[in-house]
Amino acid sequence: MIYVIDGSLESLLCAVFEWFERKPGKVSLQLEKHHQPDAFSVEFYVHNDSKKADRVWTGLKKKLNAGWMRRFYCTFLSESTQAYNSLFEFSCYIFSNPVGAAANYGNVHVLTVAQTAKKVEREKHRMEAFIRFQLSADGIFYCGVDPDFNVLPLIMNHFKHRYADQHWIIYDLKRHYGLYYNLEQVEEVSLNPEEEKNLNRPTAALQDGKEHLYATLWKDYFKSTNIVARKNTKLHLQHVPKRYWKYLTEKTGT
Amino acid sequence: MSERIREKLNILADAAKYDVSCSSSGGTRKNDNKGLGDSHASGICHTYTEDGRCVSLLKILLTNHCIYDCAFCVSRKSNDIERAAFTVEEVVSLTINFYRRNFIEGLFLSSGIFKNADFTMERLLKVVKKLRLEERFNGYIHLKTIPGASEELIREAGLYADRMSINLEMPTESGLKLLAPEKNHEDVKRPLALVQNQIIQFKDEKKLIKSTPKFVPAGQSTQMVIGATPETDKDIMHTADAFYRNFSLKRVYYSGYIPISYDNRLPLIGTQPPLIRENRLYQTDWLMRFYGFHVNELLNDANPHLDVDVDPKLSWALRNLQYFPIDINVAAYKMILRIPGIGVSSAKKIVQARKFGKLRIDQLKKIGVAYNRAKHFIKCSDSPYQMKDYQATQIKSFILAESQGKYAKIDVQQLILF
Repeated sequence: MIYVIDGSLESLLCAVFEWFERKPGKVSLQLEKHHQPDAFSVEFYVHNDSKKADRVWTGLKKKLNAGWMRRFYCTFLSESTQAYNSLFEFSCYIFSNPVGAAANYGNVHVLTVAQTAKKVEREKHRMEAFIRFQLSADGIFYCGVDPDFNVLPLIMNHFKHRYADQHWIIYDLKRHYGLYYNLEQVEEVSLNPEEEKNLNRPTAALQDGKEHLYATLWKDYFKSTNIVARKNTKLHLQHVPKRYWKYLTEKTGT
Repeated sequence: MSERIREKLNILADAAKYDVSCSSSGGTRKNDNKGLGDSHASGICHTYTEDGRCVSLLKILLTNHCIYDCAFCVSRKSNDIERAAFTVEEVVSLTINFYRRNFIEGLFLSSGIFKNADFTMERLLKVVKKLRLEERFNGYIHLKTIPGASEELIREAGLYADRMSINLEMPTESGLKLLAPEKNHEDVKRPLALVQNQIIQFKDEKKLIKSTPKFVPAGQSTQMVIGATPETDKDIMHTADAFYRNFSLKRVYYSGYIPISYDNRLPLIGTQPPLIRENRLYQTDWLMRFYGFHVNELLNDANPHLDVDVDPKLSWALRNLQYFPIDINVAAYKMILRIPGIGVSSAKKIVQARKFGKLRIDQLKKIGVAYNRAKHFIKCSDSPYQMKDYQATQIKSFILAESQGKYAKIDVQQLILF
């Protein structure tokens, strides 16, 4: 049996609700946009219902501690159908067992959720590390990113607390939305394609006058803090995989 | 103006790079004054240099003028190099502007000694005070304590810094005497003890009065240079252990000596820095701090040196086969931690998961155990029955044959003849 969901957190939770209501046996989840009907399997379209979703969410909260709720949410942000299926199986397992079942790392779904959440947290941490702001002429620090997972909701608080006295924008170029902090609160923003292009390759006119100096100083610093006798390219690449180099001021050519 | 600051940054960052500490963890400062920055509990490495070391802090010297002549140091008085000095404003503006662009977690400020210890310490203090009080900077600050500076200055600096450190330089007093006759370990121990006592005192006060300010919340660390003088690994780790215990240090760093001088007391320029040895020392350090090993179990009179070809945990296990195989379904957590191939997080997962049923090999592999290594030391519910006991040397050769060490390519110091 196939449950077709639209990919929102609400639809995922509703799928869990529907499963317990109907108990149809083995079920796999499919995203609506990827779903192709075939002649042999039965499908069921899950309708979003915030009441049902809320019930499942509060139910999970009773069964799981805060750490596991965060893992659940992180795994959801990984945006893969496989992760949705793991979350679905994981929830069914949690609801069918007494409190504390989440510690059963021998269970494949528990382990997958823990490991996927770890991947998302790693990506989140990398964004906190590799985001490089540039100061624009109108006094906003901005940066465009394209993270592997949808981690902007996770890094929001970190940047809000850290840069409380400056305007900043972090824009997800892959998912076409961004966060804007206006010294009071963080807002969600979206730009048109033209503005998105400017984000990563700004012309000098759009940049603050001092921007070039600090980029150069940072590159200099990066070079002089390196010890040539200890060169270890493998380790370097392990810590800073090449796909992140496009963000990094110190890795772009002079 | 910008050319001059570039030049200074190049000279003073280059001189500071031999200090390996770059951690930004343990800070607890919150941005509660609508200022700039806050601490991240686990620290953040913002980038990594091509030698694979993390760059988390802007690590610079205030100046590389120095009145001392320590043979192992690039900034020694007799060395013919370019000298420079930052002004207080320059350091502050660099820090703030780098921080605002998310390049760094904060500042690591050290200095050569100019005039005398107090004069230098006062300058360092000026920088941190300006950052904290005028710029409302809440990022991480790692400050060097200058040996011989007055107690008042050190105490005041502790109110603004997150971490303070003093380098031991050489693992033993005799080594230090050889290369830096003007220095001694006592000068390091005194300020370490002073800061340690203050940390304890402030913590006690904090329990009674909530508004007690923070004092060096991320603790103290130190650094030893490895391979410049002929100490054994045992000497080094026993010194480290003593410092961990006596001064409750957060970290001891081991810095493989990079030849920078033609002094005949030191390794020649061009010799490889002792990278493998440094790595093994760090592994030992981790085993002491997170795996419940006592330094005597790893390094003692019978084994004064760490193995180069296998890590210290495996080499301990091979020397102590009487404890193995360990049944992971019943053994205590602290014994599971001692199995080669099982780390802290796998061990934690194992003790939680085994409450739900006996664990099998496939589950262990999924949990993240390095099974090919661990299999010689464990029993689980479907371990194959083994007819004979292997010798330590046999197990070692099995493991070496099927694993590829990261140093395999670099060198084999002694060819095997037969």
